[in-house]
Amino acid sequence: MTRHSNHEVIIIGGGPAGLAAAAELARLGIDNVVVIERERQAGGVPRHCGHHGFGWREFRRVLAGPAYAQRLVAATKGIDLRTGATALGLEANGRVRVLTPEGIRMLEGRRVLLALGTRETPRAARRISGTRPWGVFTTGALQQLVYLAGLKPCTRAVIVGSELVSFSSLLTLRHAGIKPLALLEESARIVAPRPAAWVARAAFGTRILTRTRIVAVHGDTRVSGIEIERDGVREHIDCDGVVFSGRFVPEAALLKMSHLAIDPATGGPVVDQYARCSDPAYFAAGNLLRPVEASWTVWGEGRDVARAIAASLRGQLPAAAQHTNLEATAPVRYVCPQRVAFPAPVPAALPINIRVGRPARGRLRVLDGAHEIWGETRNLLPERRVILPFPLHVAEYVERLAIDIDETVNR
Amino acid sequence: MREPVHDVAVIGGGVVGCAILRRLALGGSRCVLLEKGADILSGASKGNSALLHTGFDAPSGSLELSCMQDGYREYLAIRERLNLPLVETGAVVVAWNDDELAKLPGIVVQAHANNVADVHEIAPAELYLREPNLAPGAFGAVLVPGEHVIDAWSAPLAYALQAISNGAGIRRNAQVNSGHYRRDHWILETSGGPLCARVVVNAAGLYGDRVESIAREAPFRIRPRKGQFAVFDKSAYALVKAIVLPVPTERTKGVLIARTAYGNLIVGPTAEEVDERESAGVDRDVLEQLLEKARMLVPALAHHGVNAVYAGLRPATQFKEYQIEALADRGWITVAGIRSTGLTGSLGIATHVAELYARHFGPLLGPLRNTPDPVWNPVPNLCEETTRRYQQPNAGEIVCHCELVTREEIEAALSGPLPAGDLGGLKRRTRCMMGRCQGFYCSGRVMEIAAGRLTQPRLERVKT
Repeated sequence: MTRHSNHEVIIIGGGPAGLAAAAELARLGIDNVVVIERERQAGGVPRHCGHHGFGWREFRRVLAGPAYAQRLVAATKGIDLRTGATALGLEANGRVRVLTPEGIRMLEGRRVLLALGTRETPRAARRISGTRPWGVFTTGALQQLVYLAGLKPCTRAVIVGSELVSFSSLLTLRHAGIKPLALLEESARIVAPRPAAWVARAAFGTRILTRTRIVAVHGDTRVSGIEIERDGVREHIDCDGVVFSGRFVPEAALLKMSHLAIDPATGGPVVDQYARCSDPAYFAAGNLLRPVEASWTVWGEGRDVARAIAASLRGQLPAAAQHTNLEATAPVRYVCPQRVAFPAPVPAALPINIRVGRPARGRLRVLDGAHEIWGETRNLLPERRVILPFPLHVAEYVERLAIDIDETVNR
Repeated sequence: MREPVHDVAVIGGGVVGCAILRRLALGGSRCVLLEKGADILSGASKGNSALLHTGFDAPSGSLELSCMQDGYREYLAIRERLNLPLVETGAVVVAWNDDELAKLPGIVVQAHANNVADVHEIAPAELYLREPNLAPGAFGAVLVPGEHVIDAWSAPLAYALQAISNGAGIRRNAQVNSGHYRRDHWILETSGGPLCARVVVNAAGLYGDRVESIAREAPFRIRPRKGQFAVFDKSAYALVKAIVLPVPTERTKGVLIARTAYGNLIVGPTAEEVDERESAGVDRDVLEQLLEKARMLVPALAHHGVNAVYAGLRPATQFKEYQIEALADRGWITVAGIRSTGLTGSLGIATHVAELYARHFGPLLGPLRNTPDPVWNPVPNLCEETTRRYQQPNAGEIVCHCELVTREEIEAALSGPLPAGDLGGLKRRTRCMMGRCQGFYCSGRVMEIAAGRLTQPRLERVKT
């Protein structure tokens, strides 16, 4: 690689979003696209999800994660995909500092797509009491140990969390011959759809403990057990592994060191309906945008954002003259995109995606001041994808729109 | 069959033990270090605030002060040859009310009495010019230009490696269980087998009183004092330049905010008297208070993530002063009660111990003769302020993405004369798995590379 190179599009991140975008840009006839992937193999998180459940929307096949990842890579044949290359810095004018095995290089793109992905919140950031022995993992770490390194990191484990990924953890434990003793959820019902828990209990004999939180981790060199609190009562569980699953956050370190605006609610970049960041040379797609969507959604998002990038390169996406800010009001936790650009000459690449912080039932509304411009009665659960079917390209510019739930309205 | 007699056995592979081993080895002594853990720095030395102190606030005329100031000078003198970092931050002691403001002149007087002449008071305007992100409302401050940030892990590693290069031995997984003094030498029973030495140096840190009881009834008791810390992500590094100290109270020096050599900010330590010696745990409520305190001092920290939390144990005794003495009739040197100043003091303590050795045992064993041309072995750089391996050409594979650790660095830490003994040792040597994701991205790869080369953890393979 030369010390400086110019590209139509630089895609940072070779997971489902980045690879889908690369394939779509190629299909749209955009040449000179480069994908930067820091791991030795592209494919993103599915590389280490050894169980099935991938690929139906994209390839009309049910695939295990690694096979799915390989297909994503195969679909980018002919595109300049550079693995083992780490983006170190983002600068104005699409300049990206990249660490390659040969040294640090400057890449300049007319457009840059950030598809940096997501990771789980580890134990330290959750501030769990106790010691720091071996045996404390996130699902990602556990899966890489098991599926990529072929190691059995413990023998009896407890899973903290009950999102879909928590059940992915459970399958990983089973694959490695590790006994999944229990799964802990702080709230009154599990976050994933209920059948997941029925299967876990019936097939694996895993205790599903709701209204339960982990208090402390014990052990010297290895985990010897954990302390939990269930309805105010403390209990000890003997185990040698703890998996902190879910509570995804965007992998946004690169953003935080850059000139791009960040939304504290999502932890990702502030984007408009075309996935343009505060510097319009930069676009974002996938779970960097917000925590967290399944691979097929993220894949579709990469493809849609690629179309917006192609439109932008062809001058079909004018600079935003004005922005309508979309503001989430509790219990709505975030809204993505965070703003709507005007003029809006073509349909949006991103639908309005919200999450609630707790279960909420009532009228989901878009408000212009006190005036409701859209509303629907909904029953919403945390960590479920919620899309507002609100046509952005026909909306009129206003300074701000609030999104809330009127819980006094109940069917 | 007894093993060959060593001149000196140093018990304890913390920063103090490593520095003493280095000093004695450079003096030509045949010495060996015994560490009960799987790697050096497994006890008190693994968790501290990593500061290089001037001694401005130490008790005047104390042994602690003279060791710190000797240690400070020697660190600056040798650090380039060992490739050890120095982040020249300075420190500010900030007064947040009238009572604290009234104490500032006394801090300056104390500093000057300790020959730290450049310490002086600064007005709030100058404080905020230096530290614009500090919360408003400071009444005044004392500037201590000579307080700096170093790396608590590579310094002792460098001392240990230089000791080895100059003839010393290090035995890990060698806990000293008992010992007998036979006329002119000690026979120590360790978990790694027996060992003979003419002189024993007790630098056992948190176990100082137990090891001391091999030679005599310990005249001190170790009262571990726990300090909890939180580490902010690298995005917070630029928020604070100087080490921000509170005005100390009778009981504690209080909670500080400081840069780390690795490009983070830390807040801590707490000061809690505890009974545990083996592994210090963190406590959620205490951490929350600590973070609240940090956000009070530097409000912008509210927007930055916490990467890691840890707790360290300081081997305090009932005495404020270091407990260092030679038992001339028993071939024994006690080095105990080295509290939080041990990282700075270690090189000075080592010189002091060498003097005790020369005075009391030199006539018997021959004087220490400083090696005219010792081996200097630079250690790998972990400091963000100086060029890291990844920033140099042909860095190869990056294994840990948060801390940008190369495969080459991990391989190097797993080989050589003192390879990482356990995963903790590997993390300390390279910083792998120590960043914001705490191993989400790299655990699998690190353990794949390290498989079969660490005492802990030893992992089975998945049966397929």
